[in-house]
Amino acid sequence: MSRNLILGAALSSLVLMAALMSFIWTPYDHAVLNIPAKLQPPNAQNWFGTDHFGRDMFSMIMVGARTSIAVALVAVGIGMTLGVPLGLTAAARKGSWLDEFIMRGNDLVFAFPSLVIAILITAVFGAGAINAIIAIGIFNIPVFARITRGAALSLWEREFILAARVSGKGAARISAEHILPNVANLLIVQGTIQFSLGILAEAGLSYVGLGAQPPTPSWGRMLADAQTMVSFAPHLALIPGLAIIMTVLGLNLLGDGLRDWLDPRIRVARA
Amino acid sequence: MLRYALKRLLSLILSLAVASVVIFVVIEIAPGDPASFMLGVNAQADTLAALRAELGLDVSKAERYFNWVGGMLVGDFGTSYTYRTPVSQMIADRMWVSLPLAIYALTLSTLIAFPAGIYAAARRGKPGDVAVMGATQLGIAVPNFWFAMMLVLVFAINLRWFNAGGFAGWENGLWTGLRSLTLPAIALALPQAAILARVMRSALLDILSEDFMRTARAKGLSHRQALWRHGVRNALIPVLTIIGLQFSFLLAGSIIIEQVFYLPGLGRLVFQAISARDLIVVESVVMLLVFAVIMVNFMVDLAYAAVDPRLRSRT
Repeated sequence: MSRNLILGAALSSLVLMAALMSFIWTPYDHAVLNIPAKLQPPNAQNWFGTDHFGRDMFSMIMVGARTSIAVALVAVGIGMTLGVPLGLTAAARKGSWLDEFIMRGNDLVFAFPSLVIAILITAVFGAGAINAIIAIGIFNIPVFARITRGAALSLWEREFILAARVSGKGAARISAEHILPNVANLLIVQGTIQFSLGILAEAGLSYVGLGAQPPTPSWGRMLADAQTMVSFAPHLALIPGLAIIMTVLGLNLLGDGLRDWLDPRIRVARA
Repeated sequence: MLRYALKRLLSLILSLAVASVVIFVVIEIAPGDPASFMLGVNAQADTLAALRAELGLDVSKAERYFNWVGGMLVGDFGTSYTYRTPVSQMIADRMWVSLPLAIYALTLSTLIAFPAGIYAAARRGKPGDVAVMGATQLGIAVPNFWFAMMLVLVFAINLRWFNAGGFAGWENGLWTGLRSLTLPAIALALPQAAILARVMRSALLDILSEDFMRTARAKGLSHRQALWRHGVRNALIPVLTIIGLQFSFLLAGSIIIEQVFYLPGLGRLVFQAISARDLIVVESVVMLLVFAVIMVNFMVDLAYAAVDPRLRSRT
């Protein structure tokens, strides 16, 4: 296993554990205001300090991880559940009008500036975590459709698929039983990368007030709150920012590491 | 080439048509009638009807769609519900902030990425390469609006080299204008530079393993000469594609950065219009941004096909 993989897995699982842990324990209640103890820099009682309402930043970061992970994960889920079947269908019916229709639709979604459309969606249907998930998820669909189709096309040329066809299996069954397991690795790697992009997108939307709404803590909104106070309480901006960077970096390293690890050709070349 | 260009042009028109329908429908579904929003809850029915007629809201949805698209084709983007000024005028004013910002950021990103990518490729596997690649990993993970806040903290609040926000305007001289766009441009450019440096490096590494590079060395060119004359030049093709894509991304991506720096650009216009339910402005600005992105992609595709004939047969 490469250094990337180990470091990426370590960072990602740290964030995941913080998020899961927040369901049963946080140092303080993240929603409890304690105005006398506001804007404390990091110290022994409040490891990450307190915000302008005296809320414990460490607890808020832990609960915020939950929001980020949930939004990005469901957005990847939307992309996979819709994109993968589309990609498999397009590959199975290569060259047909259906293939053409799916791929042109893909190109179209790709051509949209995703951030602008996400802002449009959340602005029109109301700000909130659900609409942020949908807005981010829509742009994951063509990513997964394209990568699935590309990988599936070369698999369809292989002998074992021919054998499956000779044994009388239909296109849908071959796609599910033979093609899908063989593209799974690729999907996991892409899923990790889309996951990290989702975290960044959620942070951006929350920052402009279009993501999760109060009282749900989110890293992006913590940064928005910090903006006017950054000059006298820099930890308010530093800490959520570092949390985002750590998560995204971890996921990207994990994705790179997994790609190398799951691809036998590269593994042989390295050994 | 002509056939390819026509085919791409057709799909460009189709994309724009679909995009305009999608945007129109999304805005149509939006709850709230602009006329009753403007007049408040106590408005008289006849005043409301008069205003709806004035805003062109009293005709069928299909008719409104064609009025909107037809208007845009001749440069008429409608009239803002809240400001009562032509939307095209508002867009033109804001464009003078957003467009220079995108160009500035793209220039910076290219200036950082080229040397970094070439340096890393030339020292593949050595500590210099590892350092540059590590830095780009970090650069990709940094949210640009957070980086923008850090720049403000260091260079505006502590060092006082720049203003923390706002736009000084071009009428006070080029330098004054550029100065207020510098921090936003850096914030936008850095994550893009990280991506571009990685593309530059891998494109150059692909070229370096080509036979003609060995020939260049065999005919007596030094390593450096071969790298610049034959390597970098050939690597430019994929890199230029990415630069084209980044430009449209920067134009759209400046929306959030404009919020950080309180810049009066297209992004702030969109947000102000959203909160004022000035939907005609939202509609037209979003359409304009989509148009810019689709147009840039189109031109990049054409330029790419012009230099590489193999791409023309692919669709």
